[in-house]
Amino acid sequence: MSQLQALAPLLPELTLAIGSMLLLVYGVFRPDTDACGRTVGWLAILVMLIAGLMVVLQPAGTVAYFEGAFVVDAFARLLKLLILGGAAIAVLLALDDLSDIRLMRFEYSVLILLSVVGMLVMVSAGDLITLYLGLELQSLAAYVLAAYRRDQVRSSEAGLKYFVLGALASGMLLYGASLVYGFTGSTSFATIANVASGATVSENIGLVFGLVFVLVGIAFKISAVPFHMWTPDVYEGAPTPVVAFFASATKVAAIGLLVRLVLSAFPGMTPQWQQIIVFLAIASMLLGSFAAIGQRNIKRLMAYSSIGHVGFALVGLAAASKEGTQGVILYMAIYVVMTLGAFACILSMRRDDGPTEEINELSGLAQNNLPMAFVFGALMFSLAGIPPFAGFFAKFYVFLAAINAGLYTLAVIGVLASVIAAYYYLRIVKIMFFDEPRDSFLPVRGKAGFVMALTGALVLFAFIVPYLPASLITVAEAAANSFRY
Amino acid sequence: MNVANAPLLSLITFLPLVGVAFIAFLPRDAVQNARYIALWTTLVTFGVSLLVWINFDTSTASFQFVEERPWLGPIAYRMGVDGISMLFVILTTFLMPICILASWESIESRVKEYMMAFLVMETLMIGVFCALDLVLFYLFFEASLIPMFLIIGVWGGPRRVYASFKFFLYTLLGSLLMLLAMMAMYWHAGTTNIIALHGVVFPAGMQWWLWLAFFASFAVKMPMWPVHTWLPDAHVEAPTAGSVILAAILLKMGGYGFLRFSVPMFPLASQELAPLVFALSVIAIIYTSLVALAQEDVKKLIAYSSVAHMGFVTMGIFTFTIQGVDGAIFQMISHGIVSAALFLCVGVIYDRMHTRDIDAYGGLVHRMPIYAFCFMVFTMANVGLPGTSGFIGEFLTLLAAFKTNTWVAFLATTSVILSASYMLYLYRRVVFGALEKANLRAIADIAPREVAILLPLVFLTILFGFYPAPILDVTAVSVKALVQNYQAAISTAAALAQ
Repeated sequence: MSQLQALAPLLPELTLAIGSMLLLVYGVFRPDTDACGRTVGWLAILVMLIAGLMVVLQPAGTVAYFEGAFVVDAFARLLKLLILGGAAIAVLLALDDLSDIRLMRFEYSVLILLSVVGMLVMVSAGDLITLYLGLELQSLAAYVLAAYRRDQVRSSEAGLKYFVLGALASGMLLYGASLVYGFTGSTSFATIANVASGATVSENIGLVFGLVFVLVGIAFKISAVPFHMWTPDVYEGAPTPVVAFFASATKVAAIGLLVRLVLSAFPGMTPQWQQIIVFLAIASMLLGSFAAIGQRNIKRLMAYSSIGHVGFALVGLAAASKEGTQGVILYMAIYVVMTLGAFACILSMRRDDGPTEEINELSGLAQNNLPMAFVFGALMFSLAGIPPFAGFFAKFYVFLAAINAGLYTLAVIGVLASVIAAYYYLRIVKIMFFDEPRDSFLPVRGKAGFVMALTGALVLFAFIVPYLPASLITVAEAAANSFRY
Repeated sequence: MNVANAPLLSLITFLPLVGVAFIAFLPRDAVQNARYIALWTTLVTFGVSLLVWINFDTSTASFQFVEERPWLGPIAYRMGVDGISMLFVILTTFLMPICILASWESIESRVKEYMMAFLVMETLMIGVFCALDLVLFYLFFEASLIPMFLIIGVWGGPRRVYASFKFFLYTLLGSLLMLLAMMAMYWHAGTTNIIALHGVVFPAGMQWWLWLAFFASFAVKMPMWPVHTWLPDAHVEAPTAGSVILAAILLKMGGYGFLRFSVPMFPLASQELAPLVFALSVIAIIYTSLVALAQEDVKKLIAYSSVAHMGFVTMGIFTFTIQGVDGAIFQMISHGIVSAALFLCVGVIYDRMHTRDIDAYGGLVHRMPIYAFCFMVFTMANVGLPGTSGFIGEFLTLLAAFKTNTWVAFLATTSVILSASYMLYLYRRVVFGALEKANLRAIADIAPREVAILLPLVFLTILFGFYPAPILDVTAVSVKALVQNYQAAISTAAALAQ
């Protein structure tokens, strides 16, 4: 019994893993129809909710298991909730849309569950081996999901590209990890942190090389420039609900992994990784802003937008301070909400002849469907970081940390990038509000409407109603306190 | 009842949002109801703001009606007014019903959304002048871009998209730099409370950068030469009421910002960089006046004249004298009334003829005598004729500038001649002359609704011209304190340097 109790902190992951296997068995023995797929989808959402509940019920404080290979702290718990929430909504959005193309099969939900298990392991990783396990479990499921629409060339292409480049990145990460292991003698973050510190650490060229390769591998996963090439193609090719999943849950997990790795394994090498993060942040913010301007496909635009947002989140990490980590956490939380809302809107761009992804099809939406245009517009202003929307507060806290850390150049470049990025978000608002209306879209379906209403209310009110903002910030601060600075 | 303790400022700030909620739940075709709800909301807001004005204590320079509520930890929701901000609040609430009335018939499409945008705009503008916290101020300041962007872009003229984007991106860039400066101030002082920050002395080198960052924002908003180019575009394309709000209130946020932040918080940098402001102000005054002289579009002409008039405001503020600052505030209030009225006058003839070309008009006095009278009053006020409100502000700022820097005053005075040239030239070409154009023969004089809009403005223009006390009394103590604190900061720094 006591041994079972020792597994308590692993319960969310175990629930998800066992749940996915049970659902797999259930799916295999039922007739292969969309109805069955929908049932499995709802059950998967239920499993994720139960796992989320377990995360909430976990006792406060930091606990490390398996010799520190698996860490559960406030940071991990908060990010797990975000991942579970994002993934649950991604499945919810898929229920209708994959049924439309007769692809709502049980595999979809099972793959998402498996990927989520990997993500939860990622944000709890306290050891290079755990890190790699989580990352690969998450990625392998994601490769299949990208190619999920197997009758379509673009989807298969997306899956293949994602796989090939992802495998390359995993290889680099492994190579870096082996260098780190070779020069520190351990895979445990705590031991690495002990060895990789002191004045002479920067002369340890092998360790620095290892760090660089590990960071390159993770930069690929978070699609930071210059390792972002796969993102627009995968976003465009993969089915839209899958992209909603990639853009929300996957991003949170990868950023969480990066934060934990650099802060708990390499606190003694802060100047070394800080300059890499600063470079990634600047390059991502600028490319995300400029490259999105010319896009005509809304999913490609969201891909570049996500690249830019990763850059902004990294601004907080570059500060290497408690405020910075708090900023990153808030940024990712708000970003998940905004992205899911945006994808709920994109999924509602449907006419009788099927869904559309052309930005120009939004023309005059405000006159056909004002509530949807209002939510989409609010999300665009929020993504652009205009107050009073939540996106402003996301940017506010990362820049606040950067200014405190003295990273003035980074902050000014970030500000310039966000003005440029504001242009393409405004362009969507312009198309929806200023231009002449086209044929109206089909009515928004219940599930997408629910997500739109939820995310719209959150981006508008989360930071301007009394009491709620202070508690959000307290939660993020508690999570940021999981690390020593 | 002791109204001074009631959260009156929050009430007037958020009252318009109640109207927004009502309009949002109206059926789509209830256009007339939307108009009436908007009108009544703005009138009630104006009434409550008068209550604030009546209970305002003009004998103290400290902030009144102060409210404080928790918000984001050290960043709190703080509101309050002093002699400097009080009048801008009244100006805003006073002009909003006029804007709603001015849009009564000229806006026919998407009326509900239009009225909602204006009411949201009112909330944000009042918030800017009442906020006593850096982040809260910034929130209102930048959020006001959104409704204005939509107002220009949805209900504007043919080049509305270009104008709205230019307006938005220009102002956004400036204000984001200010945001970074605010963050640096927060880390240095440990607070974002504006009252507390007035007592914080920033190191001289840091003041320099902070001042420049704030300047980037306020100079664009003001707008000062050479970053004024968004203004003519925005004015020309915006619907009449949008131009009124832009000219009368949004531009004043820049001047208000200088008085609230730049001068009291960074006195050393202000002193050091005052010559830069003088130079830009004088260039603005002369150059944009000359540009105004060459305009063929009525709205563009008035827009350039606004830039010139704002030059007097910046010049007055940076003399750091009581006359200069008083004059600058007076000039802002007066310009708020006069430029609003001029844009409304343009709106009157634009609604009838649907053109803003000066050449398309001529001889209107024969058909529209009442209109011609109103337009003349505002033309004279814009020129700065004694007896109109335009005179007091210009005179005071020139007086102060003369004491501080004679050359600046000399060059700025040329604007008196230039503004007379372009305004009288405009008036002659539009109103006087023979009524030659065939399509003008049937033009009707202003209707009762338009009289109701213009008459209060005529009254105030002349009243303040002869009796400026209502404005100067409110500002006196606060301006005196501002100037004294500035002098004290400068002499302390000088003493330390020795």
